[in-house]
Amino acid sequence: MGLQAYLLLAAAVFAIGLFGVLTRRNAVGILLGIELMLNAVNINLVAFSRFNGDLAGMVFALFTIAITVAEVAVGLAIVIVIFRVRKTVEADRLDLLKG
Amino acid sequence: MQTAVFFAIAAIAVASALGLIVRRNPIHGALFLVVNLGSVAAIYLMLNAQFLAAAQVIIYAGAIMVLFVFAIMVLIPGKEETGPDPLRPFRLVAIPFGAFLLVEILLMLVVRPAPPREPPGAEGGAEAIGRLLFTDYLFPFELTSVLLLAALVGVLALAKRKA
Repeated sequence: MGLQAYLLLAAAVFAIGLFGVLTRRNAVGILLGIELMLNAVNINLVAFSRFNGDLAGMVFALFTIAITVAEVAVGLAIVIVIFRVRKTVEADRLDLLKG
Repeated sequence: MQTAVFFAIAAIAVASALGLIVRRNPIHGALFLVVNLGSVAAIYLMLNAQFLAAAQVIIYAGAIMVLFVFAIMVLIPGKEETGPDPLRPFRLVAIPFGAFLLVEILLMLVVRPAPPREPPGAEGGAEAIGRLLFTDYLFPFELTSVLLLAALVGVLALAKRKA
């Protein structure tokens, strides 16, 4: 398969994830969409790494995975704290900072 | 043969991503994400990134998804996301922008010549990745451990009940 096919797949998954982030109203759903987007980026990194014959992209994909773990852990902890305080995880109703 | 396998895996990846978006129940979304992560791991295998495929299954499908399902079970947000969407008018704005992007992608596909089909031999086994990780990328590697420690401490501070 050519490089283009992988890039198109990554673009499609990224766009779907972005749509999810923008339309979901549940904070956990938004985090799920972010996971999709990060995965699409990883597909891009690995595909470019493979087709350029340079392993650096795969190493960076590994870093991305590690950073994603930290992001999900902190994000879910924040969501749980918000739920404990406000009794909701609906993003539209969390407008405490809205002027 | 390889093309058919790629299209099958890509179809599974896109379909599970769409399923994640369409189903309102977050627990279904999490299970669809597991399918998506598995198909992405298969894509990594097709790209000769064996180590990343293993790491994907162990870290994403193993650790992160357990965390997600756990959080969803604790929060029980199944009854959320009811009623009309207050941002519905904005969706109309998305149509011209989306059409513009689609035209752009199609233009790129038509105008640009195809890149080389035969990839050079880049093998992403554990040995090659590890060698690179502990020589050229030693500093980012150590920084990542600092980041993980910071996340660990931060999560503990957030999750602790007020004394």
